[in-house]
Amino acid sequence: MLIRVKKQESRIMEISLQNKILKLFTENKEKIFRNDPLEIMKLRKKAISEFERIGFPTTTIETWRDTDIKKVLSQDFSFYFEPIKEKIDIDKIFQCEVPAFDTNIISLYNGWYTYKDSPLFTLPNGTIIGSFARALKEFPDLVIRHYNKYAKAKTDGFKALNTAFAQDGIFIYVPDNVEAYKTIQMVNILNKEDNLFVQNRNLVIVGKNSKLSLVHCDDSHNHRSSFTNTVTEIFINEGASVDHYKLQNLNNNTTLINSTFFHQEANSNLSSFAITLNGGLVRNDAHIKLNGKGGNADIYGLYLVDREQHIDNQVHIDHAEPNCTSNELFKGILDDHASAVFNGHVLVRKDSQQTNAYQTNRNILLTDKATVNTKPFLEIYADDVKCSHGATVGQLDDDALFYIKSRGISEHNAKLLLMYAFAAEVINKISIQPLKDRIDDLVKKRLRGELAICDQCVLHCKDQEKNINFEIDMSKV
Amino acid sequence: MEKDKNNIIDEVTRSDYKYGFTTDIEMETAPKGLNEDIIRFISQKNNEPEFLLNFRLKAFRKWQKMKTPEWANLKIPPIDYQDIIYYAAPKKNPKLESLNEVDPELLDTFKKLGISLEEQKKLTGVAVDAVFDSVSVKTTFQETLEKYGIIFCSFSEAVQNHPDLVKKYMGSVVPYGDNCFSALNSAVFSDGSFCYIPKGVRCPVELSTYFRINTAGTGQFERTLIIADEGSYVSYMEGCTAPQRDENQLHAAVVEIIVLKDAEVKYSTVQNWYPGDKDGKGGIFNFVTKRGICKGSHSKISWTQVETGSAITWKYPGCILLGDNSVGEFYSVAVTNNHQQADTGSKMIHLGKNTKSTIISKGISAGYSNNSYRGLVKINKRAENSRNFSQCDSLLLGDKCSAHTFPYIDTQNSSSIVEHEATTSKISDEQLFYCQQRGINAETSIGLIVNGYAKEVLKKLPMEFAVEAQKLLAVSLEGSVG
Repeated sequence: MLIRVKKQESRIMEISLQNKILKLFTENKEKIFRNDPLEIMKLRKKAISEFERIGFPTTTIETWRDTDIKKVLSQDFSFYFEPIKEKIDIDKIFQCEVPAFDTNIISLYNGWYTYKDSPLFTLPNGTIIGSFARALKEFPDLVIRHYNKYAKAKTDGFKALNTAFAQDGIFIYVPDNVEAYKTIQMVNILNKEDNLFVQNRNLVIVGKNSKLSLVHCDDSHNHRSSFTNTVTEIFINEGASVDHYKLQNLNNNTTLINSTFFHQEANSNLSSFAITLNGGLVRNDAHIKLNGKGGNADIYGLYLVDREQHIDNQVHIDHAEPNCTSNELFKGILDDHASAVFNGHVLVRKDSQQTNAYQTNRNILLTDKATVNTKPFLEIYADDVKCSHGATVGQLDDDALFYIKSRGISEHNAKLLLMYAFAAEVINKISIQPLKDRIDDLVKKRLRGELAICDQCVLHCKDQEKNINFEIDMSKV
Repeated sequence: MEKDKNNIIDEVTRSDYKYGFTTDIEMETAPKGLNEDIIRFISQKNNEPEFLLNFRLKAFRKWQKMKTPEWANLKIPPIDYQDIIYYAAPKKNPKLESLNEVDPELLDTFKKLGISLEEQKKLTGVAVDAVFDSVSVKTTFQETLEKYGIIFCSFSEAVQNHPDLVKKYMGSVVPYGDNCFSALNSAVFSDGSFCYIPKGVRCPVELSTYFRINTAGTGQFERTLIIADEGSYVSYMEGCTAPQRDENQLHAAVVEIIVLKDAEVKYSTVQNWYPGDKDGKGGIFNFVTKRGICKGSHSKISWTQVETGSAITWKYPGCILLGDNSVGEFYSVAVTNNHQQADTGSKMIHLGKNTKSTIISKGISAGYSNNSYRGLVKINKRAENSRNFSQCDSLLLGDKCSAHTFPYIDTQNSSSIVEHEATTSKISDEQLFYCQQRGINAETSIGLIVNGYAKEVLKKLPMEFAVEAQKLLAVSLEGSVG
């Protein structure tokens, strides 16, 4: 009975949040629309009515079956429609660099683009990096040509909500035949004393035969509740290649809904990583559309979660054209009460012949309280294809554990070693060496339970990495 | 060469449904439509006790509030439930003493099906219960079975003679409100088979039921209840056919299996309902709820199915593994051709400790068909050291068909291991070439390859069925390669 009352309450809260948001939209129309060209204004109006119709997703929707956001939505959030004026130490955000890793750092602070010199700058090779809101002002044609063209998700209330509200985010444009010489690092920092509801919109356009590597970090600095609803659209033109790394290290009260829409033209290449080290409720929605012959997409994921954390990875790969390949590898280790969801969906459309699609999800459960729900789906309408998928849920191999222990390594270290080896399969796919080393260190730290919420972007954690010490007792060997 | 191949596909896909005759037997039917009066009529016809009528009415009231499920990857045309005859029975003497008293037309029908009751009785030693338009017409071998204390009879007889068993177990595995079709079945089922194997008895013969829909405009709603008491064993087979008709006919059956401590039930199905013609017209809608429960420890349920018929198949035989160390198995070959659609798979719910389950599913799609595997493996917190292995392969023959895999894996403890793997591919040119260069023609090679592909499942079928199943596969598929 009590449960039912609670359920009703949270349902009421959820509806009230939807109503509150709708009301906020009407009240703040002027602020939201103030920089908008006509097209964007139209899109917003359409999106808000769509959101009004579908609302927040519930567990009755197939893709939200195992992720219940009712409880999260029942909190009270504050919304900001203008950059929050407060004193921030800009230098602190751009503090330290990853050893031997030279990057262009751009940052969103509490959902708004922050900068030292200029909100939008053009590199000598023609690459434009900066604030989305600013880009909309300076290059409206370029933005409108691509904006909201790839983020197609009909039943996704969050996407509609984002389109209606998002005012700022990151904009990157790489012209044709350019190899971005530095990795671009997008840092998203949340640090506010009230419960923030943040909505960003990022747009990345990569021209023909160009190359881009992008590191996308989500971090939080305090322990307040927050809700981030980010939509990123990445357009990869013919022959271009993109390396995309998502790193998430957030406090346990955060909710992050991260939807990324990749649109790949012929012969383009994508490798995408989603590495989740901490986070209250993290949902990564990756939609990949292979829209030209010869495209290739490698999607990797690693999640190491404990306590009450919940991680939900959704990967939707649409093979719309022949001769494309896709490869998914998602691995996770779950401790305490943590729960993980993996929902991989490979769609091979009619006449998309010569498609190869592989999908793997492996999980290790360390406790009986942790749960995994995995759904590797294949939907195939063409016959000349090679598709396979595999999913396993299990635990550390007793024989392997025994073997290592028999070599004089303590049980604790033997477990660490095995877990690290399990995670290393994903880490080894990272092609940027300094980044790989750094993530490797972080994973080791995370497995030892030493990685907390950093003062800074997780990659920039100040304390030096100690070498992993396996405490081998030589007297027993 | 390519052209030759296509011709072969055409020939094969055009091959006729050979069970598509109708039998002229005087039938007694209820008026079309569904309401409480019809349910009372059916109940009265079967002379049912009060609890059964109440069960039907409860189910009917529940059903009225339910909607046809839409989550399956199927295109189900709207079903007009008021346009179906819910009761059709051959007009016959109320009690039949021997086969001689069965309407000769009916016997002929079964002979045409190749399952002559007499022949079966004499040659194979299989006890048969034949269900004709929802009404059980003849059960053979009853006397032999009685010696062992085995009860094998039509559902309506069981209701009369063993009401306590029926009352205790009916609806305990598939509750009437489980889904829209099980609710409909619970409300209107007319007959079916009932089987009880007493303690420690190993059933000496294979038990078998044949279902046939004959009358136009009818639906078939039969109910099967199998109870295997402690330490017993039974192998149960089920086969089905229907005449060719332009309209779609509804078949909504419920099968419940209860397995107690140390007992084992092996349930095999060769489903060959009329699949509709090559343009997708007509055919049976096969919406079946099959579920077994391993109630006691060390019990076992094994489902084997060969699905070749039906316009639409919606079927997920499942096992609830409640007893410790119980075992659930599911072996399936699902073949779809022309415009057939199938959404089928298995549910394994692990509740007891050390429970094991295996799912082997082979899907073969040809023509314009749509074949999906949908399965659930759920390991509950208490199901320590449980083990599941699932393998779902799909074979695509032709470029107009589709094959999908939708596995759901929910794991809630750390000592269990769940493995799932699936592949989708077509017959490789290398395999074909290899066979052909040995002097085997294209058609035979494909038959060979497909049979090899499905062998893992076919070898689980009882002998009598394996032959039929292999023939069916040959008819449906030989030569279809794109």
